[in-house]
Amino acid sequence: MFNYNFRWNQALNSLPQMLEGALVTMEIAILSMVIGIIVAILLTVCRISGYRSLSAIATTWVEIARNTPALFQIYMVHFGLGSFGIHLSPYISLLLGIAFNNAGYLAENYRGALKAIPDTQTRSARSLGMSAPQAFVHVVMPQMLRISFLPMTNQMVWAILMTSLGAVVAMNTDLYGVTSALNALTFRTFELFAIAAVIFYVITKVITLSARLLAARMFRY
Amino acid sequence: MIEIENVRKSFGPLEVLKGINLNVPKGEVLTVIGGSGSGKSTLLTCINGLEPIDSGKIVVDGVEVHARGSDLNKLRQKIGIVFQQWNAFPHLTVIENVMLAQQKVLKRSKAEAEAEAEKQLKHVGLGDKLKVYPSRLSGGQQQRMAIARALAMSPDYMLFDEVTSALDPQLVGEVLDTLRMLASEGMTMICVTHEMKFAREVSDRVAFFHKGVMAEIAPPDELFGAPKTPELQQFLSATH
Amino acid sequence: MFETALTYNDLMFLAKGAGMTLMVTAISVFIGTVLGIIFGVFRYQVGALWAMPLTFVLDVFRSIPLLIQLVLANAFITTVLKIKVSGLTVACGVLSLYTAAYCAEIVRGGIEAVPLPLRRAARSLGMTWGQDMTSVVMPLATRVALPSWIGLALGVMKDSALVYIVQVVELLKSTQILITRLQEPLFLLMICGLFYFVISFPIARFGGYLEKRWSND
Repeated sequence: MFNYNFRWNQALNSLPQMLEGALVTMEIAILSMVIGIIVAILLTVCRISGYRSLSAIATTWVEIARNTPALFQIYMVHFGLGSFGIHLSPYISLLLGIAFNNAGYLAENYRGALKAIPDTQTRSARSLGMSAPQAFVHVVMPQMLRISFLPMTNQMVWAILMTSLGAVVAMNTDLYGVTSALNALTFRTFELFAIAAVIFYVITKVITLSARLLAARMFRY
Repeated sequence: MIEIENVRKSFGPLEVLKGINLNVPKGEVLTVIGGSGSGKSTLLTCINGLEPIDSGKIVVDGVEVHARGSDLNKLRQKIGIVFQQWNAFPHLTVIENVMLAQQKVLKRSKAEAEAEAEKQLKHVGLGDKLKVYPSRLSGGQQQRMAIARALAMSPDYMLFDEVTSALDPQLVGEVLDTLRMLASEGMTMICVTHEMKFAREVSDRVAFFHKGVMAEIAPPDELFGAPKTPELQQFLSATH
Repeated sequence: MFETALTYNDLMFLAKGAGMTLMVTAISVFIGTVLGIIFGVFRYQVGALWAMPLTFVLDVFRSIPLLIQLVLANAFITTVLKIKVSGLTVACGVLSLYTAAYCAEIVRGGIEAVPLPLRRAARSLGMTWGQDMTSVVMPLATRVALPSWIGLALGVMKDSALVYIVQVVELLKSTQILITRLQEPLFLLMICGLFYFVISFPIARFGGYLEKRWSND
C-alpha cells in the first residue's frame, strides 16, 4: 500500500529504553506537580493576603504563566537564568519550567475554588469555636479540593505533555528526548515517534482514569 | 449570665445598634422580635464575638467578649449559635458534621465525639440520618442538624437567628418543636424570630427591637397583651 | 540604557516571525473551529455510542504531545507517503485538527447547556431542525462556549511555538536564531515573551469578563 518499508521490529527493540524515558517523563511531571501545588498555594495566599506587593508579585507570576507559551517559560528558565550566571541542567530547567507553568494555572484555579465556597462556611466553623486555621483546614480546604480536583488532573496531563518540550534545552533522558536520540541513530522517525505517541497516550489515560476512580472514592457527597 | 451594656454598632454610616442594655440570666428563654433591619440579628453575632462592636460591652459569665485578650474560641464553645441559612458542612456526613468541632476544639476522642453526636442527633430526631450527607436532608432537617452540632459542644447558652425564616412553611413546625424541647429542658436561649405564636408560648421575656433600639421588653402576656409603644402596636397589628 | 547589537534588520526578522505565529494561529483556529463545530454537532446529534470512533480520535489529539503529532505527521507525509509539502502546510494541518479536537468538546458542552424544554418549544412551534439549531441553539450555546473558545484560540497561539519542529520559523524560533547569533538571550526572550503577553493578556481578560457577565444572568 505504501512505498515505504515499515521496520517496526527495529523500532520495538528500543522499547525498553523508551519505557525508561517514560519513567523519567512521569517523574518530572509528578515532581513538577508537587512543586506547582506548593507554589500555587503560596501564590493564592499572597493574592488574598491583602498586601499589595505580595499580591502583585503573585498576580504577575500567574499572568505570565498563563499568557506566554510553556516553551518560552522553559527557555526563560534555561537561557534567561543562564545570562545571570545561573546554569541549570536540562533536567532541572525542564522541571522548573513546567513547575512554573503548573503553579500559575493551579493558583488561578485555587482562587476560583476559594471564591466558590460561601463565607458562611467559615462563619459556622468559627461559631463552633474553631480557630481560623482550623476552619480553613477542616472546612474550607476539603471543599476546595473537590472543586479543583478536575482542573488539577488536567494540569497533570498537561505536565506530562509538556515534558516533550525538554527538546529545546537538549534534555535527552525523558521519553521525547530518548525517542529523538534513537531517531538520530536509526532515522526510523515514524515508527519511533508512533511508539512514543502510544506510550504518551497510555500514560495520560492511566492518569485520567485513576483520577476519576480516586474522585469517586473521595467525593461521595 | 449575659450582660449587655450600652452596646453600639455601625456598618459604615448605618447605625444598627444604638445603645442596647440587656441582661439575660441563666435559664431564661428570651425571644427578640422586630422588623428587618432592627438590629436584632446583629446583636446575636456580637454576643459571640463574630462581629466587633463600636462601644459598650458584652460580658458573658464574667468574661468581656470584645476585650483584648479574651479567648473568643473558648467563649464560643460556651455560646452555641444557629443561623438562618443552613450551614451544614457539605463534605461531611451528618454525624461527622456534629463530631468535627468536638474533636478539634474540645479535643474529644473519636469515640467520645461519636457517642455525643449520636446522642444529640437522636435528641433532635435525626437518629436515622447519621451517615447521610447534608445534601440529602430537607431544610428543616439541616436546621435540626445545626442545632445538634451546636449542642454537642455542651454550650451554656444558645442563640437562634431566625432559624425558621428560610424554611418552607411545612418544615417550620419540626424546628420549632426542637426549640420548645430545649426551652423545656432549661437551656438559656436567645431566639430572634418572626414566629409570634412561638414567642408567646416559650418565652420568659420578649424584647421588641425597633431601628436599633430595644423599644420594649416584658413577659409575653404583658408585651403582646398590652403593648405600650405605638411602634410595637403597629408591628403586632401588621404581623397578624 | 541598554547596549544591544540588535539591528533594524533583526527587528524585522523578529516581526516576520511574529507575523508567522499570527498567520499559523489564524489559519488553524479558523479551520479548527469549522471542523470543531461539525464534529461537536455530529457527536451531540448521533449520541455517545455512535460517535465513539470520532470521540476516540479527537481524544488522541488531546492525549499526545503536540510536538510528537507534528513530527509524526511530517514523517508520515514526507517519508511514508513521499509527498512534498511545505512545513507550513503540515503545521497548519496538525494545529487545525488539534484545535478541532478541543473545539468539538467546547461545542458539545455549549449545545448541552441549552435547556431541552426550550428546544422542544422551538420544535413544537413548527421550527425545523435547522431553524432550531441556528436560531435557538446557536445563540444560547455561543454564550456558554465563547469564553472557552477564546481560551482555546489563545492556547493555540501559544502552542504554535512548537511548529519550529517542522521548519516553520515563527516568533520563538526567530528569537532563538537571533540568540544564537547575538548571544543576548535575556533581552531577546523578553521581547518575544512581551509579544505573546501583549496579545494574550487583554484577550484573556476580555474572555474572563464575558464569562463573568454571562454567567450572572
